[in-house]
Amino acid sequence: MDNPVWARIFVAMTYDSDILIVGGGLNGPALALAAAQAGLSSAVIDTQPKAVLEGAAFDGRAYALALGSVRMLRALGLWQAVADKAQPMLEIKVSDGRAGEGPLSPFFLHFDHAEIEEGPMGHMLEDRFLRRALIEAMDENDRVRVLNAATVVAQEVDAQGVTVELADGRSLRARLLVGADGRASGTAARAGIRRTGWDYGQTALVCAIDHEKPHGGIAHQFFMPPGPLAILPLPGNRSSIVWSETHETAERFMALDDAGFLEVLRPRFGDFLGDIAIAGQRFSYPLNLTVANSFVAARLALIGDAAHGMHPIAGQGLNAGFRDVAALAQVLGEARARGEEIGTAPVLERYQGWRRFDTATLAMTTDLTNRLFSNDNPLLRAVRDVGMGAVNAVPGLRRGFIREAAGLTGDLPDLMRG
Amino acid sequence: MQTAQTTVDPGEVAKFEAMAAEWWDPKGKFKPLHMLNSCRLDYITQQIAGEFGRDLTAEAPFAELRILDIGCGGGLLSEPMARLGADIVGADAAERNIPVAQIHAEQSGLDIDYRHTTAEAMAEAGEQFDVLLNMEVVEHVSDPLAYLTACRQLLKPGGLMICSTINRNAKSFAMAIVGAEYVMRWLPKGTHEWQKFITPDELYDLIRNAGLTPVDRKGFVFNPVTWNWSLSARDLSVNYVTASTKPA
Repeated sequence: MDNPVWARIFVAMTYDSDILIVGGGLNGPALALAAAQAGLSSAVIDTQPKAVLEGAAFDGRAYALALGSVRMLRALGLWQAVADKAQPMLEIKVSDGRAGEGPLSPFFLHFDHAEIEEGPMGHMLEDRFLRRALIEAMDENDRVRVLNAATVVAQEVDAQGVTVELADGRSLRARLLVGADGRASGTAARAGIRRTGWDYGQTALVCAIDHEKPHGGIAHQFFMPPGPLAILPLPGNRSSIVWSETHETAERFMALDDAGFLEVLRPRFGDFLGDIAIAGQRFSYPLNLTVANSFVAARLALIGDAAHGMHPIAGQGLNAGFRDVAALAQVLGEARARGEEIGTAPVLERYQGWRRFDTATLAMTTDLTNRLFSNDNPLLRAVRDVGMGAVNAVPGLRRGFIREAAGLTGDLPDLMRG
Repeated sequence: MQTAQTTVDPGEVAKFEAMAAEWWDPKGKFKPLHMLNSCRLDYITQQIAGEFGRDLTAEAPFAELRILDIGCGGGLLSEPMARLGADIVGADAAERNIPVAQIHAEQSGLDIDYRHTTAEAMAEAGEQFDVLLNMEVVEHVSDPLAYLTACRQLLKPGGLMICSTINRNAKSFAMAIVGAEYVMRWLPKGTHEWQKFITPDELYDLIRNAGLTPVDRKGFVFNPVTWNWSLSARDLSVNYVTASTKPA
């Protein structure tokens, strides 16, 4: 190594891991585990300190995991750890309600898992259980290293790889950098990737509700003029709600105490599950759609909200992120098995080509659904009532919707095929 | 880490660097090869893994395997083999390809033994390999049987040869010569002589006559809508690939 040229090349060829993943939420760890299965090592950089696993209390956050996502968790060996804590969603009932009218006006749409052969359309799972399963699996995996309480301050790409500098002065080098750092992705911004998006003028209120009567595994979606209210079954007599209101109204409701909040929720929620109470904390998320203009750049790929932050209607945000994870892990795994360099443009273009079309379709349908249903215009109301009646009357069409909601449409990555 | 010694004249380096960049530009002059490359690599890696019982998700799955890439060009196949841990020799009869491939391997930090030589010369020297990559070469040689016989000599007993070429029929003439050379201008005119193309059955006979045992053949099929190549068990009408073994 006395020749400086060789010395430089040697340094350039030394990697701390194959992949550096910025973001220790759900998509980042899932990608690290999926990539590990394909023989690739990862370092996950998380701004948060290591989470307390034992006896973490329910904080009110839960996810509607589509069947495709459940299959991926199963393939990654994670489902076994959470299966007994997940609530299968057996039916979805969709209705067009107006506050004060009571949401249980006739059910216009009824999706029953009995209509598709794959089983339940999805499962509800509390955040703490999913997070814990991911963290434990990463701890046990030799190919995954987690850096907690670490912030990326700079990233630099060269011909052989990418180097990331942390706030504490450490630097890490890899073949590929993955931005899993959410809709305000610093990884994307540092790479000069611009975003396109718009505001829905709505804020989602999210919390869990304890109720008197059993939910029977049924999810409800009430489309009301300000925005939809989703009631999603959790284990026991508990449901998770996602309730969208205008920014102003949502802010007003968030400022209320639990009793006051229940007061405004009750007429919308109805009394079909008996008396209701708040479980855990309440969260609010302003709804906006933000899509990265490119999902890849030199030695960089974006996944999850960093690629496409979408409206959480129908719980498609995390599921879309898991599709990115499964697709990227497959593309990288196949490239590695062929001996291709994983961080190069032809490889990354395969991921982008796969995911951008799917994402554009989903972002558009989600947006259109919301615009159509969040409107009190009597004409639109008539159109959607007729439309929902029509979908409900035609079994083939209804099955199509169920399969879409279960995450079984489009070009499925292997991890989601089951 | 070891790095191949280079014998390139420093004055020539810039020229060879430019040529290496050209070889490795997925949208450049060698675009058709790049487009076909992942499909070729899928076949090659899976055949090698199957034959030698290797797990492609392991670290260095091709460790301890000595592989020869005949007609290595810029190293589009040699580099992936090196990355998978193989002990790889890349040979090319075109002298100028060697420094080009060497420079790119150095830039990629890969240790590859590139040589300006021919299969016949290496067979004469008594060299032997576990695997022979014989991709898109046989349609360019003057005596395919003599060439494949040299290939057999280059294999260790129980060794594996992957050999791809172009079928000879009206469709392959239209695709490879009219399409790739004249219409798309992917390849220089005169790259191929159609009468030298070989049908899959003729190639199987040649391989058997050279003393090897053909074990598999698949088509490389181009989809003009998605612009993707894929492997097909049935459609060997234009580009196709074979695997054969040397009896132990």
